[in-house]
Amino acid sequence: MKWRYFKQNLFLGVVRLSALTIAISLGGFLFYIFVNGLGAISWEFLTLPPRDSMTKGGIMPAILGTIYLTSGAIIIALPLGVVSAVYLNEYAKQGPVVRIIRLGVNCLAGVPSIVFGLFGLGLFVVFLQFGSCILSGALTLGFLILPTIIGASEEALKSVPQTFREASLGLGISKWHTILRIVLPNALPGILTGSILGIGRAAGETAPIMFTASAFFTAKLPTSIFDEVMALPYHVYVLATAGTHIEETRQIQYGTVLVLVGLVLSIDLIAIVIRSYIRKKKRW
Amino acid sequence: MVAVQNNNIIETRNINFYYGDFKALTNVTMEFEQNKVTALIGPSGCGKSTLLRLLNRMNDLIDGTRVEGEVVFEDRNIYDPDVDPVEIRRRIGMVFQKPNPFPKSIFNNITYGPKLIGVKNKSELEALVEQSLNQASLWNEVKDILGQSAMMLSGGQQQRVCIARALAMKPDVLLMDEPTSALDPISTAKIEELIEELKKDYTIIIVTHNMQQAARISDYTGFFYLGKLIEYNLTEKLFTNPEVSQTEDYITGRFG
Amino acid sequence: MSRKLKEIIIKNIFFLFALISIFILGLIVVFLFREGLPIFKVVSVKDFIFGNEWYPTYNPPDFGIWPLIVGSIIVTLFASVIAVPLGVLSAIYISEIAPPLMKEILKPVIELLAGLPSVVLGFFGMVVLAPWLQETFDLPTGLNIVNVSIILAIMAVPTISSISEDALYSVPREFKEASYALGATRFETIAKVIVPAALSGISTAVILGMARAIGETMVVLMVAGGAAAIPESIFDSVRPMPASIAAEMGEAPFRSNHYHALFATGMVLFFITLFFNLIADYISTKFKEVGSGTL
Repeated sequence: MKWRYFKQNLFLGVVRLSALTIAISLGGFLFYIFVNGLGAISWEFLTLPPRDSMTKGGIMPAILGTIYLTSGAIIIALPLGVVSAVYLNEYAKQGPVVRIIRLGVNCLAGVPSIVFGLFGLGLFVVFLQFGSCILSGALTLGFLILPTIIGASEEALKSVPQTFREASLGLGISKWHTILRIVLPNALPGILTGSILGIGRAAGETAPIMFTASAFFTAKLPTSIFDEVMALPYHVYVLATAGTHIEETRQIQYGTVLVLVGLVLSIDLIAIVIRSYIRKKKRW
Repeated sequence: MVAVQNNNIIETRNINFYYGDFKALTNVTMEFEQNKVTALIGPSGCGKSTLLRLLNRMNDLIDGTRVEGEVVFEDRNIYDPDVDPVEIRRRIGMVFQKPNPFPKSIFNNITYGPKLIGVKNKSELEALVEQSLNQASLWNEVKDILGQSAMMLSGGQQQRVCIARALAMKPDVLLMDEPTSALDPISTAKIEELIEELKKDYTIIIVTHNMQQAARISDYTGFFYLGKLIEYNLTEKLFTNPEVSQTEDYITGRFG
Repeated sequence: MSRKLKEIIIKNIFFLFALISIFILGLIVVFLFREGLPIFKVVSVKDFIFGNEWYPTYNPPDFGIWPLIVGSIIVTLFASVIAVPLGVLSAIYISEIAPPLMKEILKPVIELLAGLPSVVLGFFGMVVLAPWLQETFDLPTGLNIVNVSIILAIMAVPTISSISEDALYSVPREFKEASYALGATRFETIAKVIVPAALSGISTAVILGMARAIGETMVVLMVAGGAAAIPESIFDSVRPMPASIAAEMGEAPFRSNHYHALFATGMVLFFITLFFNLIADYISTKFKEVGSGTL
């Protein structure tokens, strides 16, 4: 009998330890980045361009570039994703066609980001001759986060009670108006949460923009969507690996990492907070 | 409104209904008289709710269903290909088993339908809300809290909001699918009183699980068993002197 | 009639949008093939995949990606060795053991971990883990299999943990109660009832976690060390497929053989992850049809 409880306690210990390991990894990592990066952060760092072959100065063009690319991605992915989800969840008869579309979405979600990068290079940069620019990068990132947005939107649509739809249709309201006035407004918070997570993902990705949008260094800020841009994740990579002054720029590297992590995690955190708020408030 | 012979507003003719391969209704022919309350009773799964949902094409919303036969409303088969089900549902309203107000204010629940069919004038909408809530005998309880969420109301009040919401579309027929099964006895009594009032202006077809309720409120009663209409008669007659032995077995509680 | 027509038009517009995601998946294949296939005019498929030499810029060049494939497989396997127990056990903790407050803390922690940009984790591997490994084990370089596996594991843990947790959570209460009512301990209930009932979901989680690791680019690019040779020890450097593509694409002349070879490597990577995803989908669909009742 004692052996049984010994086994149980051993098991509980191991399980707690693994959860603790994960929590400590994140905590330790964030602490490390924060402590090392904080020294670099200043108003100048955030608002000035780099100078002296990127060994001094700030990272403003990279911040701006990430904002451009990410906004572009969400502008492309959000309408496409929400409309697809509405079709799959509200209109489609569950059959082989929908099954194939869903499978396609799932597989798209699993395609590695570097393959998206190659795809973006092949289609936008080369075939459509956009070149390496904001437009190519935003399209590539947009398609990368499309499955995330479709998935989150479908989940949000599924959580709208069927009785709401029946009530509206039973009044003699058309399906389209029922979706527009009843289903979408009630699914909106969930769609929003998923989209914000998608924004976070797009802001942090490096591989898809390496060949499609980002530049090592740009002398001036982009003036059109056909210009190359700097971006935070690529800036981190470049400073940490390709520079000739890797040790000299350590401080800038930590600072850039801190800005990137801070940006991405606050976006994620906003989504998490919104979601838990909705869950608490939900009355049905 | 077009005058219908024998005062019947809806008729079903030789209806067969399938969920996939499962035949849920067999050869149901039934007439519903105007400004009367008709109750549909029978054990669970007998097809009474399926028939009710056929009358305003709500079953269209379920994938893999199929209808044979006709449902005639104002001399037209509502299953004709050129009939718009949306139009039919405006004329034939529905109240569901579980109260299902939208998560909107009481006012916006009632005006949701009318606004979408083009009633824009504010005073017109206000009058419509008052009239509908009055008809649903809820006006006095909620007239001061019209801006509050309908989700805050009690179950019985929510169900009356749903009735008022249906009435605001000015339908001719009101279908009620076990409207009191989720309610307490006091709310149930209120809804039953309300049905008595409403039949002056509307034709009411109600599915109920509760035989006493059918006996109390309806003029006609149809008894369903295993997808067939076993007996259809004046309520008084059906409950006191049924013609078919299965009906008698059911109402005396020998099965069901 | 016009309203009906409008409804039909709207429905079809929505359908077209939904088709776009399939269309994009198709486009990915088309453009990978378009830019990748020309390499097979120069080398055979067999020599490309199983060739031991990757010297794309030598004269004459060698386009054998076997060392890259081996590199990818090795780092994925080692990462799984770390990530699978950590992910599954933490899922068990969150779903079955943790008090509500811990749950409220841990679920966002895992989500934030999933949200960490990969370039940042790669950076961490380079500047923290690598020097430490180098000093502790007295190695020529800290950029090696061990380092990259640890970092990849951190990336795969959230995927494994969150999908496993969903699977564990959806095990019906009745099973657990029945087991407890028979006098089983918590450990016995978890090990003999709950985990077996959630096994297909956990398998899906592991497969998707591995797919995430094998497709991850920045971490292997920055931390794996980049040696395109079959490793002999766990402290050797490797050059997994994504690292090769990311590192060399910038230098490969446009539409040269090197460029086509990198696209062809992308094709291999694409089909490997597609295969993983199809298996995961197959398991989870089968599970849904059978239901949790059959163990």
